[in-house]
Amino acid sequence: MRDQLQISARHVAIIFRKEVGSFFNSPVAYITLVVFLLISGWFFSSSFFLINESDLRGLFNIIPTIYLFFIPAITMGLIAREKSTGTMELLVTLPLEDWEVVTGKYLAALSLIGVGLLYTFVHFITLTFVGTNIDLGAIFTGYLGLLLVGGVYAAAGIFCSAVTGNQITAFILGFLIVFVFFMMDKVLFFIPGFMAGTVQYISVDYHLSNISRGVIDSRNLIYFITVIAVFLILTVRVLEIRKWR
Amino acid sequence: MIRVENLTKYYGDVCAIKEVDFTVHDGEILGFLGPNGAGKTTTLRIITTYLAPTSGAVYIDDLDIAEHSAELRARIGYLPELNPLYSEMPAYDLLVFAASARAITGRRFKEALGGVMETCGVREVLHRPVGELSKGYRQRVGLAMAMIHDPEILIMDEPSAGLDPNQIAEIRALIKELGKEKTVIISSHILQEVQAMADRMVILNKGQVVADGTTTELMAGFQGKAQLTLEVKNATEDSVQGLAVRFPEIRVQDQKLQDGVSRLELEYPTGQDLREQIFGYAVESSWVVLEMSRRQARLEDLFRSLTVEEGGALA
Repeated sequence: MRDQLQISARHVAIIFRKEVGSFFNSPVAYITLVVFLLISGWFFSSSFFLINESDLRGLFNIIPTIYLFFIPAITMGLIAREKSTGTMELLVTLPLEDWEVVTGKYLAALSLIGVGLLYTFVHFITLTFVGTNIDLGAIFTGYLGLLLVGGVYAAAGIFCSAVTGNQITAFILGFLIVFVFFMMDKVLFFIPGFMAGTVQYISVDYHLSNISRGVIDSRNLIYFITVIAVFLILTVRVLEIRKWR
Repeated sequence: MIRVENLTKYYGDVCAIKEVDFTVHDGEILGFLGPNGAGKTTTLRIITTYLAPTSGAVYIDDLDIAEHSAELRARIGYLPELNPLYSEMPAYDLLVFAASARAITGRRFKEALGGVMETCGVREVLHRPVGELSKGYRQRVGLAMAMIHDPEILIMDEPSAGLDPNQIAEIRALIKELGKEKTVIISSHILQEVQAMADRMVILNKGQVVADGTTTELMAGFQGKAQLTLEVKNATEDSVQGLAVRFPEIRVQDQKLQDGVSRLELEYPTGQDLREQIFGYAVESSWVVLEMSRRQARLEDLFRSLTVEEGGALA
């Protein structure tokens, strides 16, 4: 059992390295990262001094919106490109399990999101220079929340990349799913009362707002982990379907 | 030993292969032959576990590939059709990737790399992205990837497609060399190629096995037609028709050339030699025989007769 786990971990790492390599071998990663940083930087700095408060709220509020485009752009190629170039055949006939492939690719996307978030630390550094009474806990949980939201969106994105062989379709589909998650909390007003509770529970914002207030509640963590797991399991299933078509 | 039993695969309603059955022995080169769309790639994809059959099973050394999938994949080297590669990756990185996925690292990787550089001749392109390589080199890199773990079983789907004649000769020699110690399956729609490399061939048509055996075995059972071409002078209409009357088994085609010379194309079942009788008839009818040449039924005729639709335009 432990041996098996070690082997799987090694396989995941192999796929992870290959994906990270191909991210930075192509201009897509650089372009999306630069766009991400430009937009987040602008939204942060344009309001930071006006609000005159020592936190990163401006930044944390805008990043989920940028995610809408940023994450589907990262994940669109993960599987769809392998299908369209035919390398899928090469990949899945290696002695790797489908779930190892999906996990490796997912973690690669997540790490790219992490790199994006890491760069926004410059704003945090600005804050430490000019701010007073900084709530470090809230900033930490804010970042954690953003990473978890990114994790949910990336899982949805890789699923979309698996259902189609076309990167553009994967992007649009990914955008739509992420958009639904993004909007749910915002359209609660229009949803009949008896469903509102459920929809609110499914919405990402609801759980994110708890975490970014500085409260790490296991219910919120379970939500994020469940949604990520559901999308990844669906992705593996979709890959297996290719065999039976 | 690879045992393919009763494989059937439907894509939706379309039947790609139907009840395909054959065996590949250890250390044998099997040629998998058939016209385009006969189901060769589908069968190979099932053997390599890329696809699952609708029904039927494949066993490698009595292990079912459906149950021991990863274990058996580790023993197979596979060169898919059209040789898909990650075009942005340098050949070296590709080989590292393929090797590490098969748990070959460190010193063992160095040895394996040395081995495939030698056999596949990829040394000089090792650090160039495969997208920039010529087709021949890409094919070699694909082969090197399939062979990096020194597999006992090597499966190659149209390994020579798109190569120039020199490269084809090289790859044939390489495959023949590999076949000395490995079990190899190569698919092709080119008969000469399979004949040149394979110990045995399985011919597939419209998803079904229509022939299985060595060249000699296949020819022994084949009742083809022998063709005799005759160029004669002074052949009158009547005497040509008389030939067909005298020998009902012969089909005659008559074509007038210049200066009273006719070309007769005669066709009759193999297994008998009618040249003597025909010469005798020519003498009787006082034809002047300028040329007589016989073409025996060959493997191509067998292949055509097996794979061309009966009564079709190509027959």
